[in-house]
Amino acid sequence: MIRESNLNALVLILLLAVPLWAVFNDEPFTITLATRAVIFALAAVGLNIALGLGGLVSFGHAVFFGIGGYAMGIFAHHAQTYTPVMEVPFLIEGTKSMPVIWLVAMVTSGFAALLIGLLSLRTAGVYFIMITLAFGQMLYYFSISWATYGGEDGLSIYVRNEFPGVNTLVPINFFAICFVILCLVVLLNALLAKSPFGLALNAARQTPQRVQTFGLDPTRLKLLAFIISGVVTGLAGALFADLNRFVSPTMFSWQMSGEIMIFIILGGVARLCGPIVGAVTFVMLEHFLGGLSDYWHIYLGALLLIVVLFARGGLVGLISGREIAHD
Amino acid sequence: MSTILIIEQILNGLQFGVMLFLMAAGLTLIFGVMGLINLAHGSLYMIGAFAAATVAGLTGSFVLALMAAMMAAAIAGVLIEVLVIRRLYATDHLDQVLATFALILIFSEGTRWVFGSFPLFLNIPDYFSGPVTLPGGIEYPLYRLVLICVGLLVAGALGLLITRTRIGIQIRAGKDDHEMIAALGVDISKLYTVIFALGAALAGLAGALVGAIQSVQVGMGEPVLILAFVVIVIGGIGSIKGALIGALLVGLTDTLGGVFLPELFKLFMEPSAAQASGSALSSMAIYILMGVVLVWRPAGLFGARK
Amino acid sequence: MTDPVLATYHLEKSFGALKATDDVSIDLYPGEIHAVIGPNGAGKSTLIAQICGGLKPDAGRVELLGQDVSHTDTRTRAKAGIGRTFQISALAMEDTVLQNVLLGALGAGGSPWRFLRPILSDRALRDAATQALVRVGLQDHAATLTSQLSHGQRRQLEVAVALTLKPKAFVMDEPMAGLGAEGSKTLTGFLDGLRTEAPILLVEHDMDAVFALADRISVLVYGKIIETGTVAQIRASKTVREAYLGDGA
Repeated sequence: MIRESNLNALVLILLLAVPLWAVFNDEPFTITLATRAVIFALAAVGLNIALGLGGLVSFGHAVFFGIGGYAMGIFAHHAQTYTPVMEVPFLIEGTKSMPVIWLVAMVTSGFAALLIGLLSLRTAGVYFIMITLAFGQMLYYFSISWATYGGEDGLSIYVRNEFPGVNTLVPINFFAICFVILCLVVLLNALLAKSPFGLALNAARQTPQRVQTFGLDPTRLKLLAFIISGVVTGLAGALFADLNRFVSPTMFSWQMSGEIMIFIILGGVARLCGPIVGAVTFVMLEHFLGGLSDYWHIYLGALLLIVVLFARGGLVGLISGREIAHD
Repeated sequence: MSTILIIEQILNGLQFGVMLFLMAAGLTLIFGVMGLINLAHGSLYMIGAFAAATVAGLTGSFVLALMAAMMAAAIAGVLIEVLVIRRLYATDHLDQVLATFALILIFSEGTRWVFGSFPLFLNIPDYFSGPVTLPGGIEYPLYRLVLICVGLLVAGALGLLITRTRIGIQIRAGKDDHEMIAALGVDISKLYTVIFALGAALAGLAGALVGAIQSVQVGMGEPVLILAFVVIVIGGIGSIKGALIGALLVGLTDTLGGVFLPELFKLFMEPSAAQASGSALSSMAIYILMGVVLVWRPAGLFGARK
Repeated sequence: MTDPVLATYHLEKSFGALKATDDVSIDLYPGEIHAVIGPNGAGKSTLIAQICGGLKPDAGRVELLGQDVSHTDTRTRAKAGIGRTFQISALAMEDTVLQNVLLGALGAGGSPWRFLRPILSDRALRDAATQALVRVGLQDHAATLTSQLSHGQRRQLEVAVALTLKPKAFVMDEPMAGLGAEGSKTLTGFLDGLRTEAPILLVEHDMDAVFALADRISVLVYGKIIETGTVAQIRASKTVREAYLGDGA
């Protein structure tokens, strides 16, 4: 057995080492794969804040992933066609600047999470799952019918967006940007988990009735967790769109929501690095099994079934024991 | 806009609604009695459609095709209940979601493997094809009318089953108190399997019936599944009556919204913009309906309120 | 006489045809333990839920320190000073013992809207939490997972959590439930000393504990209070004997 904190460090080091190795061996595709894994991991760390700490089984996190993606797509599209995003009531220009796009992605995702959370948190359990799934589908169909931004075909962006002082066209540089963001968010997650907010949220998940008798409001705690979670997943969506230089309604699809959830389960719920292990495993499966067979989803399904039925606690649980660490 | 068009669209909405009901009824029963959320219900719908298309292709008989659809879906339902789902009753919803999501992956890719990615076609039988003239001179496809009748008949039969029969009593008891029905000497695991098979057969029937007016293809089940979730959220979990009312509301809202919202917008916008914003809004109409119900009655129209 | 800390006036609550609470007026004065006893199904849980805010009464009112709190929710009443313990433990089982008391301390004297500093770096909270553990004798188990505690220890933790809330009045829902003779005796001794800190409304089945602790006893049968009095009065009451004690005692 490996201690979970050591395992966390090991995972991050490996995730950094592989693309560095790829730079020296001139394998840009490996860097792209690693970047994909990092971005998926970021989306899943976002979901894990709601799911692991708050117990909110959101089957609609593609909403935020997609909103982040479209925030990038729309602003970059207007920048490359030299048209404003909107003129009334005030002028907003398109932009190619990553930080600005991220900010837009995070604010809009957070706002969407506030609205969806306010409605969904009126219920709990299986209702919550079905409602978040339904809102995901709503945005999916909306994006398909939104002809201004490509409808079903989505939007292509010709050149990757810019980050001050970094040449983002070099694959390893873009990887580095994503990796640093992932590390910061993992750190944020770790701090949150130990903070008064994290403790209260964790208790609100386990025993909401009791939390009320402490004078705390479990719904507000969960709502904030849902918003933070949506913001992080939205940021991941913006990065994902930048990686592919393309957005389409599939970012909003229910399969996307399911995949983000799979990352967490493969790795282990409420584990700090569970989502990262899960996302890396998923991208590797996708790459290697997808190379072997067109029908690799069968194997993914079987693996998932085995993890759920027999290896609860995910891969991190298998390696470092079932108990979640407490300090 | 003519009255004929309006009536036609209302009938279309009803037809869509009753098919949603066939899906939602099974889901809501399974959730109400066993507390299980089953995402693979959409796969059972797809299996029904594929079984029907295959049998219709081999025998040319639509009735045999429908029976095959229900049989195939029920068998698949029993298989997954016994092999997988039975282990999930005691676990939390997250595990149920993931395990049944895994089943979707396996069923979808398995079907693609066997049948390929191209859609199959299931023809409407001759005796149901063509239009029929309704009172008032409205021409309407006979087959769609048959769908509405079949759906309403099934709803009536389910209602009778729940209120009048022995198994219905057990189902209702199972909703309220699991220990109670065990104490009554009912074999609870057999009851669960039977309910699951029933729900699966209804989903398979819906898949086959709808398969004849749309194409039969991999992934056809999940959009319907998610709409069925919306139906259940609106109607209230566990309530067959709620599922019926919810399904009709969703069917009508979706169909009428798609036709009339763009028309409505044309009253005060230029046509192309009205078409675009009208159809964008109509794609969201049922979810807005769901949101309104949630604000008004979080447990659904017919759900048990706390 | 001083004013009551906690009081209900003519509470009514029905579920369909069943009157679960029927004209219940009960009060709790500073420094006293007021026990509520009654057979199963007498409406004790319903009464607690109405006092603490989980259920809205159909009629009547609840007052805390002279303020009408009938129309407020559980959180507001908790903040106003009702410290409740649960019959069926509602502790956070995946958390440690210390985390459970920390949360009570956070509710009483902190804000959950702090995100980046560990809760353990807050000295005031940590001291309040540790003190409560010391008082119930769980200090050696601070780092133990709650799910690994024995039943008796969980009951102790339940009381410790209530202590961290520093309430104006305790409402205890069968704190002795499931405790052995020894555990029951220890807890009785502890509650005995607690009444000077804040009065206790004690809903309890354990008659030895009730007779040892209570200043006054109210007997609840079919949602109605049939008698309120001192231990001696209740023991001597004919009504109570007939309606309740008569069967077994």
